[in-house]
Amino acid sequence: MAELLKVENLKTQFNTEGGVVKAVDGISYHIDEQEIIGLVGESGCGKSVSQLSVMQLISTPGEIVGGEVIFEGQDLLKYKAHGSEMRSIRGAKIAIIFQEPMTSLNPVLTINQQLTEMLELHLKMSKKAARERAIELLSMVGIPSAKSRIDDYPHQFSGGMRQRVMIAMALSCSPKIIIADEPTTAVDVTTQAQLLELMKDMVERFKTSLVIVTHNLGVVARYAQRIYIMYAGRIVEEGTTKDIFGKPRHPYTIGLLKCIPRLDEEEGRKLVPIEGLPPNLINMPPTCAFLPRCSYKVGRCFQESWPPLKHLHGQHYISCYANTEERTSEPAAR
Amino acid sequence: MVEKHTSDIGFSEAPVRVSEWRRFRRVFFERKLVTFGLGVLVLLVIAAFFAPLLAPYDPYELGDAGESLLQPSGEHLMGTDILGRDTLSRLIYGARTALMVGFISVTVAGIIGIPLGIIAGYFGGVLNMVIMRAMDALMCFPMLLLALFLAAVLKEYFSGIWVVIIALSVAIIPGYARVTHGLTLSIKENDYIMAQRAMGSSNSRVMFRHILPNAFPPLIVLVTMQLGALILAEAGLSFLGIGIDPPGAAWGAMVWDGYRYLANNPVLWLAPGIAIALVVFAFNIVGDGLRDALDPRLRGLL
Amino acid sequence: MTTYIIRRLIQALVVLILVTLIVFFVMRLLPGDPVLIYVAQTAEFEAMPPETLDRLRAEFGLDKHIMVQYANWVAGIFRGDFGTSIFYREDVGTLMLERFPITIHLGFLAVIIGAVFGALAGMLTAVRRGKWLDKTVTPLTYGGLTIPVFLLGILLIYAFGVKLGWLPISGYTSPLDDFWLSTRQVIMPVFCLAVFGLAANARQMRSSMLEVTRQDYIRTAWAKGLGERVVVMRHMLKNSLIPVITLMGVGVSIILGGSVLVERVFAIPGVGSLFVSSIFGQDYVVVQAITLVFAVIILMVNLIVDISYAWLDPRIRYG
Repeated sequence: MAELLKVENLKTQFNTEGGVVKAVDGISYHIDEQEIIGLVGESGCGKSVSQLSVMQLISTPGEIVGGEVIFEGQDLLKYKAHGSEMRSIRGAKIAIIFQEPMTSLNPVLTINQQLTEMLELHLKMSKKAARERAIELLSMVGIPSAKSRIDDYPHQFSGGMRQRVMIAMALSCSPKIIIADEPTTAVDVTTQAQLLELMKDMVERFKTSLVIVTHNLGVVARYAQRIYIMYAGRIVEEGTTKDIFGKPRHPYTIGLLKCIPRLDEEEGRKLVPIEGLPPNLINMPPTCAFLPRCSYKVGRCFQESWPPLKHLHGQHYISCYANTEERTSEPAAR
Repeated sequence: MVEKHTSDIGFSEAPVRVSEWRRFRRVFFERKLVTFGLGVLVLLVIAAFFAPLLAPYDPYELGDAGESLLQPSGEHLMGTDILGRDTLSRLIYGARTALMVGFISVTVAGIIGIPLGIIAGYFGGVLNMVIMRAMDALMCFPMLLLALFLAAVLKEYFSGIWVVIIALSVAIIPGYARVTHGLTLSIKENDYIMAQRAMGSSNSRVMFRHILPNAFPPLIVLVTMQLGALILAEAGLSFLGIGIDPPGAAWGAMVWDGYRYLANNPVLWLAPGIAIALVVFAFNIVGDGLRDALDPRLRGLL
Repeated sequence: MTTYIIRRLIQALVVLILVTLIVFFVMRLLPGDPVLIYVAQTAEFEAMPPETLDRLRAEFGLDKHIMVQYANWVAGIFRGDFGTSIFYREDVGTLMLERFPITIHLGFLAVIIGAVFGALAGMLTAVRRGKWLDKTVTPLTYGGLTIPVFLLGILLIYAFGVKLGWLPISGYTSPLDDFWLSTRQVIMPVFCLAVFGLAANARQMRSSMLEVTRQDYIRTAWAKGLGERVVVMRHMLKNSLIPVITLMGVGVSIILGGSVLVERVFAIPGVGSLFVSSIFGQDYVVVQAITLVFAVIILMVNLIVDISYAWLDPRIRYG
């Protein structure tokens, strides 16, 4: 499938009181038409910031300091943040679903007001047509008796229902890409599964690409075709879902997989947490940021700067000097 | 400044904790205006305490003929009033009046208002209803009007400045009660308070040994801001002619007396007027600074 | 919604009763026989024989139990009977009706100006945070909160009345008699009264706008591709207004309190100056009546504010 969005060497930083935080430090990734990709990492690794940067929704003290976001042949970062070109992309071509369904909807506007404004703006629908379409969308995402509930306010919906509204909102203008930023973190486990299934169905139906941003590898395992693993503002490993789960090569990915509980495993396997905490992003050393927590480190890691992405095979890349293959002779088989 | 990381390879396991006091000082003195306000308050206190030493003249001594309404000069830095009294000296003594009214009222009102708020918040129910509705009722009166109304009645019993002090104390009680009530409600929900109650501590012990100390930081901010409001109200009252008996000096009264010489002797009303404005401003900005330094979450609450 | 409003109405009624009790009993703190206060200065009451005083007591109902007196007093007020002024020898209700339009004229303009321009200034300074407008207006609001109104009044008179001679320095003319003169006369007093509201509303609006700017739903609004005007006017304004509306009660209270001072500075014959002169004239019936009316006005404003919350915030409306 054709490439839809290509992010090249994106850098976003926050100029805080304590110093410059390089939240996103030169990441590159791409997404094809009708593809689902996963962007995985711990909280604070920059995965959400990178997505907000693509939409140019970073506000002070944050600042996009470099890179390109190529979408339909144009570099989105060349557009003014709230200029008309950027606005015609947002919601219409690239839509985003946020993490917190409880706070991401405006409490003083009805669902109808919040859903139809995009339809009226981007698709130039009349008020009446927009309302019809909004009701249609709401029942599509599984909101019962959508017709009577459309004039309700957000606080009258449960968290899961609000997230469905957010999904409907994201779908409303049939965008090319939907970015789901930790879409299921704030809801309970059963609802999580339902929402993920719903999103998968919907992107298939709307022929949309989907970026799932999550800290939970388990969430993407089932849906994503390719996965990017982020650590401390950089991509440390990328590959097809099969690569990542079958032959993980970066020590961080290996660590992440070890802490996923599995039902099909022999008894007695221990869940191994990754030791230590993610690094403070202020005053980062030039060396690999995972070094203090790494159990594979070699001498070279201490001397040289952060390793560049190295091609392994196919679409599999890692950013690591160590030879992790030997010690993963018993991979977390899939 | 924020502390640099101590670890030499640059990884810090957790954000370094800056000590509370240092953080307080850093935030408090961050804004130049707060420092300025603090300076004004220090000057005010010095002026009030050492008025006899600082004042160049006796503020009550009438001048000789030809000494009235003098323009500012080397001899009388701010000139003299109609009775030939030195304006600067009266200004310095006026600081006493302002500060005395402010501090006594804020204390009296606190002694009554804080327990009312704690009791209402802690016990809830009918007691809460009665106390808080009474406070709502008191709050229906504009502060200055209530003070005037009370002063009109109280002046049959008390003299001069005490009328103002009592009237203003009553007028700010609801402010204390409301804030303390709100604080008590939120502090009450904390686990350690629940634990105290579960262990059978007496109600008064929980209220005054556990809830009150926790309510202290916001109350300090409230007191600071109320001092500003009180001094403003006292000035208003004395501007209208209620308050310290002549020949005592009060800034508000000085403004009113000077108003008659609006164009010819502007210093007569300008000097005490600016003194009031500066002091009120200082209390407000210092209160603001304290709030930000003690607990920024209090923004909007106070 | 209905339960919410009914609850607020009951609360307001309770507070109203408490307000009347306060006013009534504070007056009763006055030393001596109330009848003496009523008749003092009216005639040579010292020469009055005790029987006359007794007759007067009975006439005023002062021989009855104090709660009966209270009830009679409240009942009288409901009939519009506020008593008789000793000084003006006039019905207090009629007296207030003469003076109130003046204070309301000034106060109403001040409330509107303070609310509209204050909120507008707050909105603009928040949206253009850190720009020149913010940097000039926001520090000024500090001054607005702390300057004594009487000093501001005198300063204005000094500058625009005496030095520049642009505006009349005192007095009041009804706009019905001479609209142009009236307008020129009220500019300075209205500004004095409005200044606190302007500053307070601007500050509150600015900080609540900045607060709302950080909310997730504003990010959602931007993510939809909406323009700045829509984001601000549709998604931010209503949310930001909620805390600003809260200030209305306080604002009206400050304006009514300030009118006492401002009317004195500008020699305006409104209720404020009536109040002050009555205090010095020991015309307690007038003092009592004005205090009560002011408190009731503020009570009403607070009630309206509470109800308008429900209109602004659906969480209350359906809560």
